[in-house]
Amino acid sequence: MAHGFTVDAARALTGPEWLAARRVAAAERLVDAPWPTAGENLWRFSPIERFDPQRYRPERTPPPQWHGLDPSLASKGVVVGGFGDLDDGRFRDLLGSVAAASEDVFTVLHDAFLTDGAFVHVPAGVVVDAPIVVEHGAGTEGTAVFPHTLVVIEEGAEATVLERVVSDDATRLVVPVVELVIGDGANLRYASVQQHGSGTWQVALQRAHLGRDATLRASAVALGGDYARLRSEARLEGEGADSDLLAVYFGDGEQTLDFRTLQDHAAPRTRSNLLFKGAVEERARSVYSGLIHIRPKAQRSDAFQTNRNLVLTEGAGAESIPNLEIEANDVRCSHASTVGPIDEEQLYYLETRGVPPAEAERLIVLGFFDDVFDRLAVPALVEPLRAEVDQKVGRLSSGA
Amino acid sequence: MSTSSHTLEIRDLHASVDGHEILCGVDLEVRSGEVHALMGPNGSGKSTLSHSIMGRPDYTITSGSVRLDGEELLGLPTWERAAKGLFLAMQYPVEVDGVRVSDVLESALHARGERADDLGRRLHVEAERLAVAGEFLDRGVNVEFSGGEKKRAETLQLAVLRPRFAILDEIDSGLDVDALRDVARRIEAMTAEDHLGVLAITHYARLLTELRPDRVHVLMGGRIVASGGPELADTLEEAGYDGLARELGVESLAVAAVEAPVDPFADPGF
Repeated sequence: MAHGFTVDAARALTGPEWLAARRVAAAERLVDAPWPTAGENLWRFSPIERFDPQRYRPERTPPPQWHGLDPSLASKGVVVGGFGDLDDGRFRDLLGSVAAASEDVFTVLHDAFLTDGAFVHVPAGVVVDAPIVVEHGAGTEGTAVFPHTLVVIEEGAEATVLERVVSDDATRLVVPVVELVIGDGANLRYASVQQHGSGTWQVALQRAHLGRDATLRASAVALGGDYARLRSEARLEGEGADSDLLAVYFGDGEQTLDFRTLQDHAAPRTRSNLLFKGAVEERARSVYSGLIHIRPKAQRSDAFQTNRNLVLTEGAGAESIPNLEIEANDVRCSHASTVGPIDEEQLYYLETRGVPPAEAERLIVLGFFDDVFDRLAVPALVEPLRAEVDQKVGRLSSGA
Repeated sequence: MSTSSHTLEIRDLHASVDGHEILCGVDLEVRSGEVHALMGPNGSGKSTLSHSIMGRPDYTITSGSVRLDGEELLGLPTWERAAKGLFLAMQYPVEVDGVRVSDVLESALHARGERADDLGRRLHVEAERLAVAGEFLDRGVNVEFSGGEKKRAETLQLAVLRPRFAILDEIDSGLDVDALRDVARRIEAMTAEDHLGVLAITHYARLLTELRPDRVHVLMGGRIVASGGPELADTLEEAGYDGLARELGVESLAVAAVEAPVDPFADPGF
């Protein structure tokens, strides 16, 4: 492979020594690792065959920006910062430990070129009311960047974290890894929004490990990218843990939006719920492939999974593949999936009231997303998101 | 809309669904303030008539005309027919997730160039008159409404939109006695106050004891086979559709085997 993702390139990036050593170790593993192919189940329906590492050069990932931080957080022992805050070593071992449980070639690539990231630590029993907002950079034309987020919420603590990444239409590769460590009885609300431009390839992993009676409310909003993939995973490690994974996606143009989800129940009386809703128009495609895995120890667990897709124009398409793997006998599980156009009966009904077809379509699409909007982890997201979806639907019906 | 006099005129209407002719020449004229009842057995073409007037896409009109104050409506899209003053209260109102009644009515008012500034207040007033609980206004329209709640909500939309003519397609199905009375009273008030013209389609006479019609028409085999005053409903109640058909020498009661799903709330008698 004559691309730029070499051991030398990994070593050459600036930053602390401990991180450089980590990069080199990963880059050495990358040398022999084959890139995935569409023949692999995990990459089914993806355009991975179009992936060309030669189009990108690894570069130092822009450090994350923080917005509206409450200055009193530090006095409570809350850390909101970059990898400089990992230098003392206390949490350094946690970095990569969550992602390592779900490794693929892109997480290794991520480790090989990781230069900085966001680190949030909320000590035991501390409640942070205001959302902690972090903005990730996406690099410049032709670069590959590797944003990282490590959130550690200790026992009985509570926080809300909102992440956003925006990019322009230039060619670039973005490979984010988000690790959420949620301690016993802790509560994390987490939301991510990607508004990539039309030239961005994103291959992201977001993975949470939950302790006993821990709660995660996670929402993903995916609006952009040429190809934007998100693996969203929650491992329920402690008895009574509870996770809620939501996503809203809307693809247009030539986009492919790709979601692979895992609800991994490893302890008794755990509960998980998933609701992913998306729309595609023009020639856009979406892929949803999700697994509920109930391990033998996870008796008396509940797990639910729903994926619904609206296909708004004839050239667009959506794949939906729900899966269950149940190794315990006393559980409640269900999955549901739909792919289809706007219901003609609904359109006709609204028209009989005097609503013009384009407006009826707009109402139906916004209404389709309404229940997931209502449950987004960060309510402040709802209005801008509704406006964005509105604009995408409007673009279609005006024929623009 | 205005309270001046308007006419909805249906002439020699022929319509087919999936290549089968369901309406075989229907003539009807309804004027502002009048209540016309259209009765007929299952499969006689009642619902086809309502959807043909409204312009449902999968219904093909093969000939005839539907005019509002002389203006031909056939060929216009459904929403324009509604904007010109028609309203169809559906037999099976459709559930639309996440779209509230107020969203629908606001869009409908805007589409015909009206302001919706006091929509919230009007909704409130109508909800009170029709005993629609406020929570139904906050939900997706018809979503998880009972049969009766759906019909109250249809009537509420009708009352806010104030069309010139309302076609009520089996508005009595799925209604208990109280709901039927509330709905009928609201519609009667609209005929008196706003000069609303009504074409009430029903299988059963019980609607007509609440919503007193000026004219009664009987549809069989895709044609109106009898028209008369309210006494025609009484005749029908005694003789039944079979009896009336024999009396009139009509062979085919129905043109379609089953026109609509069986109504689980319907009266067993007749």
